[in-house]
Amino acid sequence: MTPGLKVLAPGLHTTVQDLGRFGYQNIGVPVSGALDRFGLRLANVLVGNPQGLAALEILISGPTLEIATETARVALTGAGASLGIRGETPRVVAAGQSVTLRRGDIVQIALGRQSACCYLGVERGIAVPRVLGSASTYVRATLGGLNGRALQRDDLVPLAIGCASARGELRAPVSPAASADQPIRVVLGPQHKYFRKEALAALLDAEFRVSKDTDRMGMRLDGPLLRHRRGWDIVSDAIATGSIQVPGSGQPIVLLADHQTTGGYPKIATVISADLPALGRCRPGDPLRFVAVEFEAAEELCREAEREFAKLAAALEPVPNDNGIDVGSLYGENLISGVTTGFE
Amino acid sequence: MKVRFLSAGDRALVVEFGDRIDQALSERVLRLDAIVRSNPPVGVVETVPTFRSLTVYYDPFLTSRAELQPAIGALLDLGDKARSGARLWQVPVCYRGEFAPDLAEVARLTGLTSGEVVALHSSTRFHVYMLGFLPGFPYMGDLPPQLALPRRADPRLRVAAGSISIATSLTAIYPYESPGGWHLIGATPIRLFDPERPEPALFAPGDAVSFQPIDPAAFASIRRAVENRSYEVESAPVGR
Repeated sequence: MTPGLKVLAPGLHTTVQDLGRFGYQNIGVPVSGALDRFGLRLANVLVGNPQGLAALEILISGPTLEIATETARVALTGAGASLGIRGETPRVVAAGQSVTLRRGDIVQIALGRQSACCYLGVERGIAVPRVLGSASTYVRATLGGLNGRALQRDDLVPLAIGCASARGELRAPVSPAASADQPIRVVLGPQHKYFRKEALAALLDAEFRVSKDTDRMGMRLDGPLLRHRRGWDIVSDAIATGSIQVPGSGQPIVLLADHQTTGGYPKIATVISADLPALGRCRPGDPLRFVAVEFEAAEELCREAEREFAKLAAALEPVPNDNGIDVGSLYGENLISGVTTGFE
Repeated sequence: MKVRFLSAGDRALVVEFGDRIDQALSERVLRLDAIVRSNPPVGVVETVPTFRSLTVYYDPFLTSRAELQPAIGALLDLGDKARSGARLWQVPVCYRGEFAPDLAEVARLTGLTSGEVVALHSSTRFHVYMLGFLPGFPYMGDLPPQLALPRRADPRLRVAAGSISIATSLTAIYPYESPGGWHLIGATPIRLFDPERPEPALFAPGDAVSFQPIDPAAFASIRRAVENRSYEVESAPVGR
């Protein structure tokens, strides 16, 4: 039998993603891939994988999975997220470390309030075919992933191997408190000249909120409307991930991983690639501010973010006790809330 | 050649040739695309030609806009050679009944008969300006001016895959069922996008397309052949 993870409950929108599908935007195929690329890469590193292997991206509310293989080493990443494990040794394992699970263990993934997404990496990856060079799921055209769609109840997520390798578990060093309140950095343009001065000022001065109307294609922002100076119907050009496009309504939309490759609305600014993971982690209702940087600075910030990630990946440490955290003591210390554990 | 270079963040450089839908401008975009693809400067990840610009995606670990822009500028100066490799495609279309839900309305709005609308659409050779919106979705032009209409005031939530549509100066084919605001004047049984094919999108930017009217019986038999993967859309190289 194929080793796998049986889906007992799929969560809100759980998909197979890797780092994306490159080279086909000229024929209209979006890049897709993880909203938080660092999260996906860390989940892979924690289980000993190359950084870009296919993993599960979990949005807003997590799935419940049953281990349907001998043993499976997994790691969850995402601030505040945790694995609630029912089985021989019930426990809660916080995000940021690997853990080996046995056949029949039931894992409930809970997200914290800090992040809209988390990633479950599995040792040697998820065994779905690559389509156009990537395992990433693009639901609108049923490309990639598990049958081109989000997980459903009773799916079996196929795993590359049926037994975890014999080695210790790893955890990421505790990182300084996530900089959730930092402004998101943007490079103005390419069509900022289509907007009134007040619109540019509002983009950089005002506070926006992530609207409920947000998915992997785009994040609508509530806040001041950004009014155009010239028309809002431009001759279509290409859309980069992170583009802040403003249709006639004036409500900005930040385009995320599954965005269309081209579009006909002016783009006032583009979120820098170093800040796309932080943007992807924003939940509906979260406040957002923007600050402008020049493109040279953005390129350098991208390189710097990569150096920071390399440092983190090199600083993984062994987990002293493979059995995870004692649930009773966690409850005792009031470190986890009943909402996020998922034990009934 | 006068162009504007614009940053779209730290991973995309837009080479903008103009702001119109115009075949001469499109040729310049497509020529630069062909040259960049055959001589990619270090760090280029992919390119996307559109009506009016070529967006060059790059990897900031391997290059920077400061290095890329002059490299592209040098390639622009090589841009006088004619493009090669374009194909002319003959696309079968049923312009009747349920396949053409907006044909009567298009006729009414344009002051033509349905037959005249079909005759105009199927006697025009279209230029594929670009692909976008959905995998394999071709933006083609130019429509005869008599057929130019704004988009529908009430976009449909569901447009069937294969629908042939018109809006403004353009015509398009929906490769997948999707929402859509264009006028639907026919449908084709062919498959525009298939990731299993060596070239997943049937058309490439810069190809030419013309439409051959077929009846519902032919539509059904071509659809069966398409499903058995035994149908090949007729095409021939285009000389330019």
